[in-house]
Amino acid sequence: MNFDFSDDQKFLKNEARKFLEANCPTSRVRKVLDDDAKAFDAELWAAVAGQGWLGAAIPEEFGGLGLGHIELCAIAEELGRVVAPIPFASTVYFLAEALMLAGSEAQKAALLPKIAAGEVIGCVASSEGPGVPTAGGVQATVSGGKLSGVKLPVTDGDIATHALVLAKESGQVGLFLVDLGSGVTREALKTLDPTRDAARLTFSGVAVERLGGAGEGLSLLEQVTDRAAVLLAFEQCGGADRCLEMAKAYALERYAFGRVIASYQAIKHKLADMYVKNELARSNAYYGAWALNTGAPELPVAASAARIAASEAFWFGAKENIQTHGGIGFTWEVDAHLYYRRSRQLSLVAGAPRVWKERLVSCLERKNMAA
Amino acid sequence: MDFNDSPEEAAYRAQVREWLAQNAPKQAVGGDDLEGGTKDTMPASKAWQAKKAAAGYAQITWPKEWGGPGGTPIQQVIFNAEEAKHPVPPNPFQIGLGMCVPTVMAFADAETKTRFVGPALRGEEIWCQLFSEPSGGSDVAAARTRAVKAPDGSGDWIIDGQKVWTTGAQFSNFGIVVVRTDPDVPKHKGMTMFWVDMSDPGIEVRPIHQMSGGSGFNEVFFTGVRVPDSQRLGGVGDGWKVSLVTLMNERLAVGGPSGAGWSHFLEAARDITGFDGAPVLKDQAVREKLADWYVATKGLEHTRNRTMTALSRGQTPGPESSIGKVVSAMQMQDLGNSVVELLDQYGIINDPSLAPLKGAFHASLMSAPGLRIAGGTDEILKNIIAERVLGLPGDIRVDKDVAFKDLPTGR
Repeated sequence: MNFDFSDDQKFLKNEARKFLEANCPTSRVRKVLDDDAKAFDAELWAAVAGQGWLGAAIPEEFGGLGLGHIELCAIAEELGRVVAPIPFASTVYFLAEALMLAGSEAQKAALLPKIAAGEVIGCVASSEGPGVPTAGGVQATVSGGKLSGVKLPVTDGDIATHALVLAKESGQVGLFLVDLGSGVTREALKTLDPTRDAARLTFSGVAVERLGGAGEGLSLLEQVTDRAAVLLAFEQCGGADRCLEMAKAYALERYAFGRVIASYQAIKHKLADMYVKNELARSNAYYGAWALNTGAPELPVAASAARIAASEAFWFGAKENIQTHGGIGFTWEVDAHLYYRRSRQLSLVAGAPRVWKERLVSCLERKNMAA
Repeated sequence: MDFNDSPEEAAYRAQVREWLAQNAPKQAVGGDDLEGGTKDTMPASKAWQAKKAAAGYAQITWPKEWGGPGGTPIQQVIFNAEEAKHPVPPNPFQIGLGMCVPTVMAFADAETKTRFVGPALRGEEIWCQLFSEPSGGSDVAAARTRAVKAPDGSGDWIIDGQKVWTTGAQFSNFGIVVVRTDPDVPKHKGMTMFWVDMSDPGIEVRPIHQMSGGSGFNEVFFTGVRVPDSQRLGGVGDGWKVSLVTLMNERLAVGGPSGAGWSHFLEAARDITGFDGAPVLKDQAVREKLADWYVATKGLEHTRNRTMTALSRGQTPGPESSIGKVVSAMQMQDLGNSVVELLDQYGIINDPSLAPLKGAFHASLMSAPGLRIAGGTDEILKNIIAERVLGLPGDIRVDKDVAFKDLPTGR
């Protein structure tokens, strides 16, 4: 049984933690939060590229480190701990994974080295309005190799150089790779988590290249999202662990009625509940990491479970961390709301929990039928 | 990251598999749902334990001087996993070998150890743990069963009082009992541990009729039970410290789930008709619950895999294994009740010939309250996570510096 990070992976993770504690304190995150003109921390983005993390799972022939996905999971967890204000997920979990899954050799050769170097920022343009994107709901169209339509919200749409876009071509939904150089209007959107950028993208006749076959857009995006879900789950685990640490530290120093509030069972049991959810999330995330790294057929189920458990743990941790802090936790100055905001951003960016629960049960129904 | 054995583990597993294939029973005995078995399954249980002991598969981590093979924790985990694939008889030896005998080993004299360890290992003698009392389940140090020096000056002790929730007392030859020897000092300082012979005429065992209908536990009454001072384990007044040693030896929590689980729920929900005639499995609320149970079940399964990984690497497992029962007991209750409610009026029927899965969901519903209490209530387990794992302070105590006899006791 070898169901944990290896010593080398733990070393990498520990180095990442030290690097991010030095380079991404919440005072840096707040610079993005408090400045409407600032969509991300470009300096941190460059530093992260310098560490080679953007290419951790990209093969060496395409300019990456060629380490593997377990290592990328370790980095993701550390980025989640510090609520890093950079387009890492959009670029690495979505764009790079989509290219490695379905890109042509030419597309991979053109973009993967630039992703690894931090010169390309990705984004996913699937949503067009309220509710889950469906085949019937896609209005954006590709005709004669040119894309027109409106997408919102597009996370990192304001700063991205390339997009993955769901659009209809001859009535069939495809997934298209789009260079955002020209023909795109971008409008920044106000969101729950201003430490992450989001925009409305209006395409007017932009040249596109299709990834995968005609009509395979939704299933291809689903495969990409399974992979992203595991990595996002690690970010959520990192954030959830940090919430428990903050709540614990505050409960141990705050006095009420003559004793530290950490000595009250109401608080102790709340923190114990946080711990239980965090461990369930971590164990499910590890299974997702194993499935992602080995390309196991269990990936859709493992990714769903990882995503559901991690979304629940981070949401619970984020809200109960504020509750443990009491009034001070509701102030702008205390970092608790950064995690509350990020827990919403991470839960919504790749399918809300109910979407994953439906996907999981659909898989289980088929599996139980077959068994 | 993988689920593979190391070469040594693989070799050990192969050896265990071969031995089990040749020696394990081919057919189950009994069919009673009690963990420790019944009078009828006892001969089979004892025979299987003797066979394991002779082959070095009973208490694999015990050192050679205790009669064990001196193996590793991961070897025990591998054996348990392989053994569970065979229809072996119930195991009534777990509490004795896991908790009582190690306490005897730690505190008894050489003669006593020599006398007891072998027969316990071979399943010839069964031990029970007499801690809980009507006056204290979670609060073991509230024990009121008392031992006083015999007036004849022999140095013997006379024990009077009552223990409760004693698993397997009806089958046990011996027990370890924690008693009050000094009510004039604070509760934790006035207790002493003894081992007792359960065949003493002053000990009476009465089964407890549980709300689930079964009787896995007992009340044990002590009336003028005389024990020589040589049966004392640890110093007079050190009973609390000795009991902590007992509780520390609790078996490794690597067992799998039992009873009706998510896949049974899925099948049941396929067969129950919901609104508009479609199966309730198509109901979104039902699907979300199913997803949550699956995720929690897999979370526990993979948490066990993390624990096993630590053992496999020769490390001490982290505290994550402490989450098991608090998650599984509550889930068992919710899942059982959910099926019962989905059945609507029909849900009241628990007749195994009519209820889904031969009444297993109803059985979960009725036994879950016990699981949420036994071996540490949900509340105590959360305290343990908060205090031992997270390092939060203990509760403010009002019973620490007060003589036991002066503590308020309710009724």
